[in-house]
Amino acid sequence: MSVFSLENLIQASYFIAAVLFIFGLKRMSSPVTARGGIIWAGAGMVVATVVTFLFPGMGNYALMMIAIATGGILAWVSGKRVAMTDMPQMIALYNGMGGGAAAAIAAVELFGGEQHGVVIGTLAVLGGIIGSVSFSGSLIAFAKLQGLMKTTVRFPGQQVFNLLLLTATLLTAGYVVMGHAEFNIIVLLFVLALILGVTMTLPIGGADMPVVISLYNALTGLAVAFEGFVLQNAAMIIAGTVVGAAGSLLTQLMAKAMNRSLGNVLFSGFGDTPVAEGSEVSGSMKPIDATDVGVMMAFAEKVLIIPGYGMAVAQAQHKVWELAKLLLDRGVDVKFAIHPVAGRMPGHMNVLLAEAGVPYDIIYDQDEINPEFPTADVALVIGANDVVNPVARTDPASPIYGMPILDADKAKNTVVIKRGQGAGFSGIENALFFGDNTRMLYGDGQAMATELIHAVKEL
Amino acid sequence: MIDGFIALYIFMLAAFVGHEIIGRVPAILHTPLMSGSNFVHGIVLVGAMVALGRAETTLELTIGFIGVFLGAGNAVGGYVVTERMLEMFKSSKEKNS
Repeated sequence: MSVFSLENLIQASYFIAAVLFIFGLKRMSSPVTARGGIIWAGAGMVVATVVTFLFPGMGNYALMMIAIATGGILAWVSGKRVAMTDMPQMIALYNGMGGGAAAAIAAVELFGGEQHGVVIGTLAVLGGIIGSVSFSGSLIAFAKLQGLMKTTVRFPGQQVFNLLLLTATLLTAGYVVMGHAEFNIIVLLFVLALILGVTMTLPIGGADMPVVISLYNALTGLAVAFEGFVLQNAAMIIAGTVVGAAGSLLTQLMAKAMNRSLGNVLFSGFGDTPVAEGSEVSGSMKPIDATDVGVMMAFAEKVLIIPGYGMAVAQAQHKVWELAKLLLDRGVDVKFAIHPVAGRMPGHMNVLLAEAGVPYDIIYDQDEINPEFPTADVALVIGANDVVNPVARTDPASPIYGMPILDADKAKNTVVIKRGQGAGFSGIENALFFGDNTRMLYGDGQAMATELIHAVKEL
Repeated sequence: MIDGFIALYIFMLAAFVGHEIIGRVPAILHTPLMSGSNFVHGIVLVGAMVALGRAETTLELTIGFIGVFLGAGNAVGGYVVTERMLEMFKSSKEKNS
């Protein structure tokens, strides 16, 4: 075989694609090089896809082109249109498609009836199951976050039911691997796996969904790697495994940031355990008006802004950045403090702020910014609640005890912009609001940010 | 080709690489990186193309077609949203220039 054979060209291209994926992901791990990273990875994808057309012994090119064009165009248009706030469910949708594709590969291999031996057969079946679970599970996650499905379905014995379903799926899988690759049994296998994805995801509440999406992302990676072994495709094995490992770690980091274990997220809904009352919060909430806050911030040396998802819901990020720019022009040291789970996914808030034009070098992580709160003249909390609740540090009886928080209560003055007096998402009373240094600015996030801008301008 | 222990070694080393890449990422990039890794497993498109290319019966053709359709959606959609997010990350210096 010549060095320049078709086979070598294909393998070399897959090798280059795998290298580009790894370096691309590596570059994505720093904000300075991240943009280049996705372009590198994209180039790898193009190389791998184009060279696959040259694969020996293939046909059906017309169908293939139609499938690529329709799938690609639909995804392109939807991806360009989606609002930044809706990004989590869009990622879930695309991820589900990947899982479905992996399951489809397994199905074609199994229905094709090729003899693979036990090891490869097992990998094909496992990849098919994992891909199916990821497919149907991601679709449910998408439907929930998109607001298409409002209810969280829980029934008694749900976990036992899921466990039985998993057992049934694995038993069927074993039966198929043992050589009983009959049509009906294979269909049964995929139907069971698809149902499992649905029943696993249904009981999980909206707030935990990002962790689940991340988990399904890792699972899809694994399914792709398994099907890569079946097809003897090195690019799929490497890319799939890298994503599987990276995704697993990311899932753990997310769960940790939310003070939940992964098992806790998957197997018990938030609120299943009766909310312990914790100790009564004493004191009263002290209101303030926008003009006073404007003065306070304009003459401060250091202002830390703590945005929460409420800010994004109110579409206030542009106004908040306008306010921050005014303060920066007056020589105030303005920094944004971001909790790891601000927004609907870790890092989601950074994306929303970036969209508004906030440069990433004045946005700080919790660990970097917490030591600065005691020297801050004003901490402005907008649309955040549980992530600044000091009971997480002080009250072992509280359900959020132990969750890492931003130390907004340690600032010299804390101003909280809030719609009304109600408790936060978790239904837990926030001790910060009753603090001696805390003033409440009641109103809609965007309206209040606009008022603050006027207040600062008029000085 | 890729089998037995060679496959196991590839699997182990690739898993290690994936772990290393994420381990040092600042939280600010978690969402784009999840999206980026979501794009990378769009490589499943390649496998789906091979599956469809070799399909013979109507059933295999149908499933293969769905597979390629879904794989293309994963790859293209993953790229578009990741690129859109990362494009927005700019430092103060870039803003002023």
